[in-house]
Amino acid sequence: MKKNKLTTVLMVAAGLTASASLVVTADPVDEALEIDGQAMISRTAAPDGHPLKEVISGWHYRKAETRNLEKDTFENPGMLAVEQGEEIWNTVEGTAGKSCASCHNDASESMAKVGSTYPKWNEASGKPFNVELQINQCRTENMGAEPYKFDKGGQKPLTAYIKHQSLGKPVEVDLAEGEMQKWWESGKDLYYKRTGQLNLSCASCHEKNNGKHIRADHLSQGNINGFPTYRLKQGTLISVHNRFRGCIRDTRAEFPAAFSDELMALELYVTWRGTGLSVETPGVRQ
Amino acid sequence: MAAKPRLKVPKSAAAGEVITIKSLISHKMESGQRKDKKTGDLIPRKIINKFSCEFNGKPVFSCDIDPAISANPYLEFTARIDEAGTFKFTWVDDDGTVIEAEKDIALS
Amino acid sequence: MKMNRRTLLCNAVKLAVVGAVGANLSKAYASAEDAMKKIGEFAGGAAPTEGRISLKAPEIAENGNTVPISFEVDSPMTEDDFVESVMIVAEGNPLPGVATFHFSSASGTCRASTRMRLAKTQRVVAIAKMNDGSVFTDARDIKVTIGGCGG
Repeated sequence: MKKNKLTTVLMVAAGLTASASLVVTADPVDEALEIDGQAMISRTAAPDGHPLKEVISGWHYRKAETRNLEKDTFENPGMLAVEQGEEIWNTVEGTAGKSCASCHNDASESMAKVGSTYPKWNEASGKPFNVELQINQCRTENMGAEPYKFDKGGQKPLTAYIKHQSLGKPVEVDLAEGEMQKWWESGKDLYYKRTGQLNLSCASCHEKNNGKHIRADHLSQGNINGFPTYRLKQGTLISVHNRFRGCIRDTRAEFPAAFSDELMALELYVTWRGTGLSVETPGVRQ
Repeated sequence: MAAKPRLKVPKSAAAGEVITIKSLISHKMESGQRKDKKTGDLIPRKIINKFSCEFNGKPVFSCDIDPAISANPYLEFTARIDEAGTFKFTWVDDDGTVIEAEKDIALS
Repeated sequence: MKMNRRTLLCNAVKLAVVGAVGANLSKAYASAEDAMKKIGEFAGGAAPTEGRISLKAPEIAENGNTVPISFEVDSPMTEDDFVESVMIVAEGNPLPGVATFHFSSASGTCRASTRMRLAKTQRVVAIAKMNDGSVFTDARDIKVTIGGCGG
């Protein structure tokens, strides 16, 4: 009862009408996601060991005008960055005189499964690599170029371009490789660990209260199959580690550095929670 | 990063047909209302202030843009096609930069 | 000036809006008076009438930084009878101007869509000026919500 009352108060504060006796429900919208007519898997049965029955893309939790932006790759402003990423893919940089394309040729073939299967185990580094870390490794070891700093230079557009090649493919991380299972476990620990002055864990909002409102925001399951994602608020692409840091900041906790072991473990675990959902990069959110 | 426009124009149209044109350009649209978080100084305005579309040299549509238009300005409008030809699109930045793009359309 | 029910209604709205300005002490936002002034200059003395133009916008914007809006004006769009321009004004933004669209008979129809910024919950007004000088208007109240997560 206490929880319902709180939700009602939040709804009223948001300027929405709600009767005090009414339980405010805000289910994700029941609509099929198609991008340029291509069907996406935006709701699917959860994998074994998942606490929820069904995994649902954050797209279902948004209002019609935001959902519509993602359904059309022309109207999706995130595609501007994807096109910029394509230019970077074909641009020679560094002392080796190479571009991404010099080795990987046509991204639509060579990168087709990258966006849906990363993070992947990287034996040499002894940790899971996301697309951003893989790009930096390529830049330093193969191209003789400077690694991108977090969210700087071509990192977001190039990551978005590479992940976009997997548009529609279901997310599937390989936990059998190397020590992935161990990293998955530590990611899970972090997911359920309460932090900050507000004493919230990821699960407090995205597992226990998804579908409800936090002030005027409709809480999603926090799946990351659309990252880097275009946020209307910032009017630009937002990387997954930026979003993690934003969430942690909102619990009023100190946040770990981007690509730190903590956030890499969390990225692996949260990616796994979205198993089976189509890659939507670049998603569009509020 | 220089602004790079995206345009959606049909490749062909029947004579007399009204087509829909969509345009999107990468631009921050700095409103001139925001303050620098560190210094507290106002960040100077820098926006795309004018968009225009011509067909075979004749004006079809234009727009005077204020800072209230969102980042990465999107404009959708229509044009009536009476002959084959070339659309010319122009965006003007506050700093004087002019970005141009063209698209051809055939009669079907 | 011919007074009909619609212009009367329109003027009543203007008075009500201008009346409310006195109570609005906030300096950060444009006043409805600024907006009315801008509309007056655009209309060139003609009194805006409701009708012919319809403005479409979400009732509640998910984020005020990117709010889709579109409009359509009922016009044959011929060389003799067309819409010259449409101005969009936001009454509660730091500056009232949003955009002014210019059409010609080559436009085929008078419709356009864009995405705009809204600093807070407010009224957005569209004014269409025909080539014969007549002016039509429509308006929408748009609620801007404040998100939970740094929104």
